[in-house]
Amino acid sequence: MLDIATLLGAGLLQAFEPLNLMMIFIGCLAGLFIGAMPGLGSVNGVAILLPVTFLVPPTAAIIFLAALYYGAMYGGAVSSITLGIPGASTAVATVFDGRPMAQQGKADQALTAAAVASFIGGTISVVLFTLFAPPLAVFALKFGPQEEFALMVLAFATFIGLGGDDIPKTIFSILLGLVMAAVGFDIISGQPRLIFFDFVELQRGIGFLVLAIGIYGIGEMLWTLENSKGEVKIHAVRSTWKSFKKNLSHIREYLPTTALGSALGFFVGTLPAAGATPASLMSYGLAKTFAKDPDSFGKGNVSGVAAPEAANNAASTGSMLPMITLGIPGSPTTAILLGGMIIWGLRPGPLLFTDRPDFVWGLIGSMYVANFVTVALNLALIPLFVRVLAMPFTILTPIIFILCFVGVFATTDRMFDVWLMLLLGLGGYLMRKLNYPVAPAVLAIVLGPLAERSLRQSLISSRGDVMTFFERPISLTCMLLALALMIYPIWLGMRRRRAGSASGTE
Amino acid sequence: MKYLKTLMASALAVVVSAPVALAEWQPRKPVEFIIMAGTGGGADQIARLLQGLIEQKGLSSRPFIPINKPGGSGAEALRYMQDKAGDDHTVMMTLNSFYTTPIIQEDLGVDVTQFTPIGLMAMDTFLLWVHTDREDITDLDSYVAAVKGAGLDWKVGGTGSGQEDSVLTAMMEAAFDYEVTYIPFPGGGTVAKNLIGKQIDSTVNNPSEQLAFYEAGDSKPLVQFTGERMAAFPDVPTARELGVDIEYYMQRSVNGPPGMSAEAVEFYTNLFQTLFDSAEWQDFCVSDGLTCDGMLNGADLASFHASQVEAHKKLIAQVGAGAITGE
Repeated sequence: MLDIATLLGAGLLQAFEPLNLMMIFIGCLAGLFIGAMPGLGSVNGVAILLPVTFLVPPTAAIIFLAALYYGAMYGGAVSSITLGIPGASTAVATVFDGRPMAQQGKADQALTAAAVASFIGGTISVVLFTLFAPPLAVFALKFGPQEEFALMVLAFATFIGLGGDDIPKTIFSILLGLVMAAVGFDIISGQPRLIFFDFVELQRGIGFLVLAIGIYGIGEMLWTLENSKGEVKIHAVRSTWKSFKKNLSHIREYLPTTALGSALGFFVGTLPAAGATPASLMSYGLAKTFAKDPDSFGKGNVSGVAAPEAANNAASTGSMLPMITLGIPGSPTTAILLGGMIIWGLRPGPLLFTDRPDFVWGLIGSMYVANFVTVALNLALIPLFVRVLAMPFTILTPIIFILCFVGVFATTDRMFDVWLMLLLGLGGYLMRKLNYPVAPAVLAIVLGPLAERSLRQSLISSRGDVMTFFERPISLTCMLLALALMIYPIWLGMRRRRAGSASGTE
Repeated sequence: MKYLKTLMASALAVVVSAPVALAEWQPRKPVEFIIMAGTGGGADQIARLLQGLIEQKGLSSRPFIPINKPGGSGAEALRYMQDKAGDDHTVMMTLNSFYTTPIIQEDLGVDVTQFTPIGLMAMDTFLLWVHTDREDITDLDSYVAAVKGAGLDWKVGGTGSGQEDSVLTAMMEAAFDYEVTYIPFPGGGTVAKNLIGKQIDSTVNNPSEQLAFYEAGDSKPLVQFTGERMAAFPDVPTARELGVDIEYYMQRSVNGPPGMSAEAVEFYTNLFQTLFDSAEWQDFCVSDGLTCDGMLNGADLASFHASQVEAHKKLIAQVGAGAITGE
């Protein structure tokens, strides 16, 4: 324990060296803007800015890249809230409640909640990282395909509660997402499957961002246009010192979900298979399931912004763990960080902690500092971000449509995906009109491939015996939790109905 | 068309009377550096090291962006490159699935001999690994005995049906007359993790994928499938020394899509030659057990690919495509 304190102290001192501090600041700022641009996620940002890191020593370099990564995580929330388009896959769940809040003129409150929750998430996870990194690395090794699949089932279960009262429609939406996730190459045999109308382009599968931007950028926009008959009331927000203080005072409302989301996010982030996107979606699902007012989710509940934001920041810290201790990147962005480490002659693996404590603890120290810098920068920049909403709707709408097109084209570089986005957007609009929840479909396309791979790996290794999921303690626990989570909303609904009929027909 | 381009380029060079160096082709936008395997694996580590060196040495005016396309044992990446025919801003880090995947998946519609060869960076090697805790396994004989004892409960991890490790696994099944359960994972790094976590019993990882765990004492190599013992593993016998006729290497070459322009090919070939000759790359080759004697390029690499495709066709016919895909 004392060892940790000494090492952490040294690491913090290192983070406060002028060069490192400057790297943290520039990294957070650059990341913030990169994350806020739809289509230009942290992956591209880190890749493009990698050369900058060759001008400075390795520790400063990885500090810079890590800061960029944090910044981008928050930046994704900015476009989710102000424009209603997820800037990156990790920020999809932030759209669910962030966008309604912006439409109600509470964009500044949503952005504050996102910043504060990100800060809490980041801090809780870096503390967990400091205290438990080596034992957690051992625990992550216990996660085989069976455990991964059980975790995915758990993630799906948290979303059953997401669709409101209409559970059949939720399940339909999940299945639709799973079908879309299955398009492309079979992950085990490598054969192409579900290539609709023999479009060769579909062999590469339906990109997650293509679907998310289509549904949220195009579909929701059409729905808003139709509903408001063109006269959308997006309230411009004036941010003053007074409103800022008032926003901060709301923290107590979303503190419990934030804490839960942080711990969950960190844990899911440490598993090499998962990453920040499933973490944020699961956190949102849990926050809704256990909320006192689940019906207000999706209509602008501040907890619905805080929960996923806490989780995705916590997960980004968590995903550093398998990278450093096992050499397996937990996310595409950490894969690039890993490349950087190899160039600097640092071989990630079980020995890095003992061989290069200066590097590892310097990085951990910088995580603490980066969290403070990001939250300060974010809060300071909120007045700038909300200004976007001051634009007349007739100008904002075309800009959002253009950003959707640019965002999709920039990510995949194919016109086919732009048309696909439009088609999926129309589909999303119809689903919305018919009262089908779209969020479960988005969840399914993220988790589908992960779940399918681990399911098939498990069944290959058990030679077709499904009991394998119930024979291993960790996977059994997840399965039971999943079952409980699936039953809970149904039971709650039944109880409410009974209470409703008992109190008579009022 | 190419003639016209050359003519225009030289005319331009005359008009501005610029030094020849300036007229040379340079990328005009970021270069997509496709990796036909998952993150953390051998190909991935190499591509990311090369990308970093390109940036560090300022070899390209535009950045190289590594993108993993591991789907369908590299089928996703191959199809992507095929669709990029004529593109000058996409190159791919390949491995032996470059040969095997199109052979096994005939309807993929990809002929890799049509791709543009750029440079063979290294020949990678394979070793057979088990967890250090398997004290009953000390050499190849005790390994074979353990596998035979376990039967289909013996789980071998790999990177996908048709990938080189599945070919090698099938070769071993044929040589030792046993059958194992082969479980595919998304990349060599994940395979290594699953061996250390004891989710699988053995694997044929490349040295770079296991090195960190080997140094930490978590895994041990039993056999190397090379002609001679590698400097990095002087105490591990080769299969041939033990009288088993298996020698298998993995090529690590960079290739462009079909129909890349000659100017671009020249640029990339020079770029990767510079990387190949760098001290950093040669050091990496030694520490990670890669063979890097000289960089094949152009027609030499094309004929190397052609002969490898033929060799793999024979190999797959020998062990049977079913043994590799597990069908």
